[in-house]
Amino acid sequence: MWDLIVDIFPYAVIYTIPLLITALGGLFSERSGVVNIGLEGLMVVGAFTGALVIFQLHDAWTNHPIVLWIGLLAAALFGAVFSLLHAFASIHLSANQIISGTAINMIAGALTVFLARNMTGSGNIRIVSGFQPFDVPLLSSIPVVGELLFTKTYATTYVILLILVVCVFVLYKTKFGLRLRACGENPQAAEAAGINVYKIRYMGVLISGAFAGLGGAIMMVTFAGEFTGSVAGLGFLALASLIFGQWRPLGILGATLFFGFASTVANVSQVNPALQVIPPILLKVFPYVVTLIALVLFSKSSQAPKAIGEPFDSAKR
Amino acid sequence: MRNTIVSLLAVLFGLLAGALLMAVTGHNPFEGYRYLFEGGMRDISRFGDTLATATPLIFTGLSVAFAFRTGLFNIGAAGQMLFGGFCATAVGLTLDLSKPLMLVCTVLAGFLGGALWAFIPGLLKAKFNVHEVVSTIMMNWIAYWTIYYMVPAYFKGEYLETESRQLPDFASLKSPFLSEAFGGSYINLGIFLAVLAVIVIAFIINKTTLGYELKAVGFNRHAAEYAGIGVNRGIIVSMLIAGGLAGLGGVAEFTGNASNIQIGKLPTQGFDGIAVALLANNAPLGVLFAAVFFGLLYSGRGFMNAMTDVPPEIADSIIAIIIYFAATSILIERLVRKLLRIRADKREQSAEKGRES
Repeated sequence: MWDLIVDIFPYAVIYTIPLLITALGGLFSERSGVVNIGLEGLMVVGAFTGALVIFQLHDAWTNHPIVLWIGLLAAALFGAVFSLLHAFASIHLSANQIISGTAINMIAGALTVFLARNMTGSGNIRIVSGFQPFDVPLLSSIPVVGELLFTKTYATTYVILLILVVCVFVLYKTKFGLRLRACGENPQAAEAAGINVYKIRYMGVLISGAFAGLGGAIMMVTFAGEFTGSVAGLGFLALASLIFGQWRPLGILGATLFFGFASTVANVSQVNPALQVIPPILLKVFPYVVTLIALVLFSKSSQAPKAIGEPFDSAKR
Repeated sequence: MRNTIVSLLAVLFGLLAGALLMAVTGHNPFEGYRYLFEGGMRDISRFGDTLATATPLIFTGLSVAFAFRTGLFNIGAAGQMLFGGFCATAVGLTLDLSKPLMLVCTVLAGFLGGALWAFIPGLLKAKFNVHEVVSTIMMNWIAYWTIYYMVPAYFKGEYLETESRQLPDFASLKSPFLSEAFGGSYINLGIFLAVLAVIVIAFIINKTTLGYELKAVGFNRHAAEYAGIGVNRGIIVSMLIAGGLAGLGGVAEFTGNASNIQIGKLPTQGFDGIAVALLANNAPLGVLFAAVFFGLLYSGRGFMNAMTDVPPEIADSIIAIIIYFAATSILIERLVRKLLRIRADKREQSAEKGRES
């Protein structure tokens, strides 16, 4: 049993990381009061941008890891730029945030494949080489923890975990975090206190775009290896994690690990007979079912931001 | 009237954005659009294909529009369509009946499957006030994975693991007579079902007590409750009907346009239904027109791709951009208001001039 867990755990972590960063992005958007169901589309944009940049730069610096890092950075940047569409519609035009998010998903899915087809013909962009898994020296020889967390791992994993720590700090220990949360709970009061609600919400959505773009690109440079025009529902799984984690960073960490582990077990169960005791279908629907159950259980005491989904109208008190 | 103008402008802006996209990527937009529209209606057979492509969109559009009227956002039409289509396919592959009886059974199975998939979010909304957007998104992915594992396990195709067996002729909505009348198009009985659904839904919304009550719930939940309307019952009934409609969309797609069901994708028609409903301003007849328009874009893209080198995804991009413009319709409304005001001002000025002279 232990060997099995040790076998799977690195894969589960690899799968969890894009989920985690995307859900954290969603956290910033939703805590500022803007629902973002466009996470899936923003991930697609990130995967596309990352693949494109890495593909183009590959000739300049063959097999140099810096290319991958530039790709990730570009993905985050373009994710943020693309999320401006959602921010503009939902913050400035008081549009329905669900419709706007749906439009983001659809535009991202169609436009990226359209552009990719113009460039490569097939609509897929294959990168020559992604990040290689490695064992962290020294740390990987720590008993138990070393085997679980520091073997067969990617450099991106630690970057994202670092971002998680920074997020917790920013959200709960800085002025910006306090203001962001205030805008999601009671924007009128926040405005009365002199906060520019529009600006804060723009920041929230932009961060969600950057993080989701990063998530899509990380997925592409670690386990996917190519851009295919979709991220197979990972963005929606991130949304489920955000809800199941009750809009809190550590809750999200737990939820994404939980869901990542379940999905990984389902994915590898075909090659590992010991895992076939649980039918993969149950493992795959599990995140969504438990999220529904959580919604029911927390329906009275939900930690969802109070003003979520409501366009801000400073004249309304 | 104003809503129609806004919708038409959203379409216009979408098409302009599409033209821009083609121009930027080095294609000739005029040529692209010419072949896109020719491909959708050049002859009777292509027009038949357009109608067939529009059929599932009519259903999903009706589904979203109907729920909207009760103030519910059914973003789960994709999952309801998939599950309804799966139920219909399962019935078609299992039972052995004469064609008319079989079609009744598959259509019923599709409706019930879709309705069941929407019933859960409806119940959660009515009983626990769980937001239907979140619950229907979850249901979408539950449907996705259910079909992903159920099809290979029970209805595996002869050659591919990723799709079900072919439906026998007697379980398919395809009709040789209709196909021939349209010059070999893949149009099928689904279109009649869709038109019937438009009429029935228009009747329910406009002429029945149920429709009145559901609309009242949509306008103001609390006022409806105060007037003695069962709000919770209304929410559940509305979701049931919306889900059933989306399920019928699955029947039209998987047992009419296609002849088997594939795994690993959520039908895009579910989300396109949102676009259809938005453009139609949630009116059943509008849904019909909007769906045929989108059907035209989708069915013409193959021809366009064959005649030019514009990638077919331009159609999807245009539709997606139209949704974005529809979502930000406040911009367009401002524009319309401004234009109307300028015209009114001019008329006033000319009237004043007339008086002066």
